[in-house]
Amino acid sequence: MSQQIYIRKDAQFELFEVNILHADDKQLIQISEEMGLALNLKEMRTIKNYFVQKNRNPTDVELQTLGQTWSEHCFHKTFKGTILTPEGKRIDSLFRTYIAKATLELNKPWCLSVFEDNAGIVQFQDDIAVAAKVETHNHPSAIEPFGGAATGTGGVIRDVLGVWADPIACTDVLGFGPLDYDYNKLPSGIKHPKYVFRGVVAGIGCYGNNMGIPTVNGAIYFDESFTGNVVVYCGCIGTLPIDKYIKKAKPGHHLVLAGGRTGRDGIHGVTFASLELTEKSEEVSRPAVQIANPIEEEKLKRAIIKIRDQKLASSITDLGGGGLSSAVGEAAHKYRCGAKVALEKVPLKYPNIPPWEIYISESQERMLITVPKMNLQDTLEIFASEDVEATDIGTLTTEQALRLTYDGTVVADVDMDFLFNPPKITKKVEWKKVEYTEPTFSEPEDLTSILVDLLSSPNIASKESVIRTYDHEVKGNTVLKPLCGIHGGPSDAAVIKPLDNSYRGLVISCGINPQYGKIDAYWMAASNIDEAIRNNIAVGGQRIALLDNFVWGSPEKPDRLGSLMKACEACYNYAKGFETPFISGKDSLYNESPLGPVTPTLLITAIGIIPDVRKTVSMDLKASGDLVYLVGQTYPELGGSEYYRRLGYIGCSVPVVRLNEAKRTMDRISKAIEAGCVKACHDLSEGGLAVSAAEMAFSGDLGMDVSLTRFPQSVPITRNDFVLFSESNSRFLVEVPEKAKEDFEAAMKGSNYACIGRVTKEKCLLIRGLNGEPVIQADLDMLRDAWKKLFGG
Amino acid sequence: MDRNNIKACIVRVGGTNCDAETKRSFEELGVKAEVRHLSEIAKSNNLLEFDILVFPGGFSFGDYVRAGAILAKSFSAKLNRRLKAFVEEGKPILGICNGFQVLVEAGLLPAFNGISKYPEAALATNLPIGFRCRWVYLKHENSGKCVFTKKIPKGKVLRMPIAHAEGRFMFPKDSEGSCLERLVDNDQLVFRYCDEQGRGAGGKYPYNPNGSFYGIAGICNPEGTVFGLMPHPERAFYGWQLPDWTKGEKPSEFVDGRLIFESVVEHVAAKL
Repeated sequence: MSQQIYIRKDAQFELFEVNILHADDKQLIQISEEMGLALNLKEMRTIKNYFVQKNRNPTDVELQTLGQTWSEHCFHKTFKGTILTPEGKRIDSLFRTYIAKATLELNKPWCLSVFEDNAGIVQFQDDIAVAAKVETHNHPSAIEPFGGAATGTGGVIRDVLGVWADPIACTDVLGFGPLDYDYNKLPSGIKHPKYVFRGVVAGIGCYGNNMGIPTVNGAIYFDESFTGNVVVYCGCIGTLPIDKYIKKAKPGHHLVLAGGRTGRDGIHGVTFASLELTEKSEEVSRPAVQIANPIEEEKLKRAIIKIRDQKLASSITDLGGGGLSSAVGEAAHKYRCGAKVALEKVPLKYPNIPPWEIYISESQERMLITVPKMNLQDTLEIFASEDVEATDIGTLTTEQALRLTYDGTVVADVDMDFLFNPPKITKKVEWKKVEYTEPTFSEPEDLTSILVDLLSSPNIASKESVIRTYDHEVKGNTVLKPLCGIHGGPSDAAVIKPLDNSYRGLVISCGINPQYGKIDAYWMAASNIDEAIRNNIAVGGQRIALLDNFVWGSPEKPDRLGSLMKACEACYNYAKGFETPFISGKDSLYNESPLGPVTPTLLITAIGIIPDVRKTVSMDLKASGDLVYLVGQTYPELGGSEYYRRLGYIGCSVPVVRLNEAKRTMDRISKAIEAGCVKACHDLSEGGLAVSAAEMAFSGDLGMDVSLTRFPQSVPITRNDFVLFSESNSRFLVEVPEKAKEDFEAAMKGSNYACIGRVTKEKCLLIRGLNGEPVIQADLDMLRDAWKKLFGG
Repeated sequence: MDRNNIKACIVRVGGTNCDAETKRSFEELGVKAEVRHLSEIAKSNNLLEFDILVFPGGFSFGDYVRAGAILAKSFSAKLNRRLKAFVEEGKPILGICNGFQVLVEAGLLPAFNGISKYPEAALATNLPIGFRCRWVYLKHENSGKCVFTKKIPKGKVLRMPIAHAEGRFMFPKDSEGSCLERLVDNDQLVFRYCDEQGRGAGGKYPYNPNGSFYGIAGICNPEGTVFGLMPHPERAFYGWQLPDWTKGEKPSEFVDGRLIFESVVEHVAAKL
């Protein structure tokens, strides 16, 4: 007869011993699955061996703690593991080999804390620093769009609070399936993109707006693969006085849990995030989605900032994925301590929650701070003054062990060393060949109607109806808003003026283009880095830091891991090359659904500085008679372009990034903006030259008369459509007043640029083709209507 | 009275979030502005030491019932007598966005017959429905009663942003006409939504961004000392806050919203 696996312990509360000592491999897997641990056999065997040595069985609390701590979400096993290439190369940690390496080698003195805390921290000015973090919340948003997106925003705001920073701005980048997706094609368990879209958009607004943090930058991208794998990136940026960045917890310091109460919401969120979504996900994983209460977090924020300013605490961390298990573990591990926690002290939403659930619940709006005994009373009083519940739940200890008790009974006792050393994983990669070929077709006759189609296509069309549901003005510091000019054109970046006594500003931009990822993950990553930087540069940003956020398919599948590794390689090469260090990042893997894997998607967020916000440049045209310059070379690069998509192709001529050329272009644009000779500047991205020109014109309500007879190119292009719609990187359209012509050209010396025409007072976009004949001629009102009609205002 | 002797109290509770920029606007004018938590004001019992009381924007108590309702009730419950005295002494009270909702819920606006026990008007869910953040045009309609707009000529068109989900001003349907008549006769009408030329919005979105009755964006009490508006003057204080300031060579130093703060500060300075 087989042994009983779960043995109820004799206690006043629910506690089980798990009979791992007598479990065979099959039973180990069974335990992992039944308890929702998401651990593999190797990991389960490691746990078994540990308890064999201890000569006892683990409790449910211990196994759950290990499951949380060792999850992909908390430990990033893939990024920290070993990778073997088909050529026999061995990569020890993608993270150290590529992402962190660029930052390390660049060694910028203004990078104050990178990759080691809840958010990356860079210097802003003298004594003030900026913290930034971007998170994904894909899996919860797929199950419950509103709650998933709201708690995604709440979570990333806490990450910023978790480095003692005061949140000043949020970003959101969202990916959905086509909104007109055929209901009949939708597999059961997958929600329609329209439903997901509405829920996610409302969820993000509900959190940022209600907390009074402006949502200033973002993007919405539509891709077939996002139907089963919605993509929700939430970002937050904060400021902090550098001398208030206190992280020096010691044994004996008290663990104070503050904020919302703990309940059964958000059980197994992180292990759920480390699995593929299936038809059953909704039923099985619904409790994994947390419930949002932004006002609780608003109060928590006020209290945290007061405690920071009085320097009462010795460290801080947020409760996110993994809940207390992750926060207590990290707090102790980071300061080389152990910890003891009395779980019965944790305030609960309702009684009778067993200890393991208390310890791993991901209930929202909670922070953990460590406080020296002498400051405990003052700290608790500050929380009380803001109507925030705060409880002393334990202490850091000198013993290197995690000891949890419930009403005096020890429910977990694990060595820190074991807890934070999961077995390393080794995975194989495989290179997948490009599936697509370059299409051959003749140039369409009516390019104007193609431009109109592009402007009203989902990825290019105005997202005004979404943007206006987010408060981007609260705090009164938004200098360049998401929509600019008299007709609300699409700003390349947001500019914030965080300090009342200074005109120094923060520039926030992003780069994302999953379509390129279908062809080549390396060039997708390179292009996104280029795009995030050029968006930043276009409004006047300088000294740029980057954040990386990967959304990928299952790393258990060698081809997915292969493209992930390629993207990481590009991250190293281009972050290093552009001298823009990564300061923070996060990966969301296992984005697979019955409809297949997610298209490899990398979001690059760029955080720059503008020395004087009054020199900000927006993208709308300003005055008739001004000159229009095209800066940067155009190549026949249409693979993955919106133009090809419009014609039903993907192609393979994906835009590449020519580092030297790109750097020169960006550098010169920066100089020209600094010198004050640029009136408007817009980057060229989806839809290429034609779309950018149209956007600049209809946003400023001024016409443009430009010609393709003289444009910067190194390989000859003989087709108008290719010049108009190529998505080559590192290009800008720039408006320069006649009187600044010489200064501008002097600043641009050494880069590839050409004056291609003028701003006109006629409300018409006129583009003359390679032979000088008009190829695009369209009324501005018509173009603007096309751009605004899909999603409305 | 010297401006730096003027004390403004900006009330906050959990969910208030426009307190810092509102404080900054008063401080720019040399006024001493303090952000005070409601429980602190209730405890220290010093409301009457202040010269101006402000309910700033935000989502007080989460706005989980009607926006502003809980703060209105808890303020009245805790400080009813003092609040009454504050109004009776003619000390100015300003409500911006959520603050306007609070003043209406507290019966301080329109207050046709003095402070009302029940709300006499409502700021209902926007039409079209949903939260909107956008710049609007406002026409100044007040003939001189309102102490918050004394420096603004009647008929002037101003620009300010709105950001709310519940801003549709309405009177009880059955007495809509008579209420409006009273409002106008008493010179309590302060701002109406309009187009860039100052023509009435005619109920049309986006000029009238929330479907407000008669395009009403801001009103005052019969004495002109209590004033509430949905748009945010503190977000239209500096030139660089305008959505299209980049059109010019450089941003102008100050813009329309400042006039509201300037008016009330001047009024208090002259009175004291």
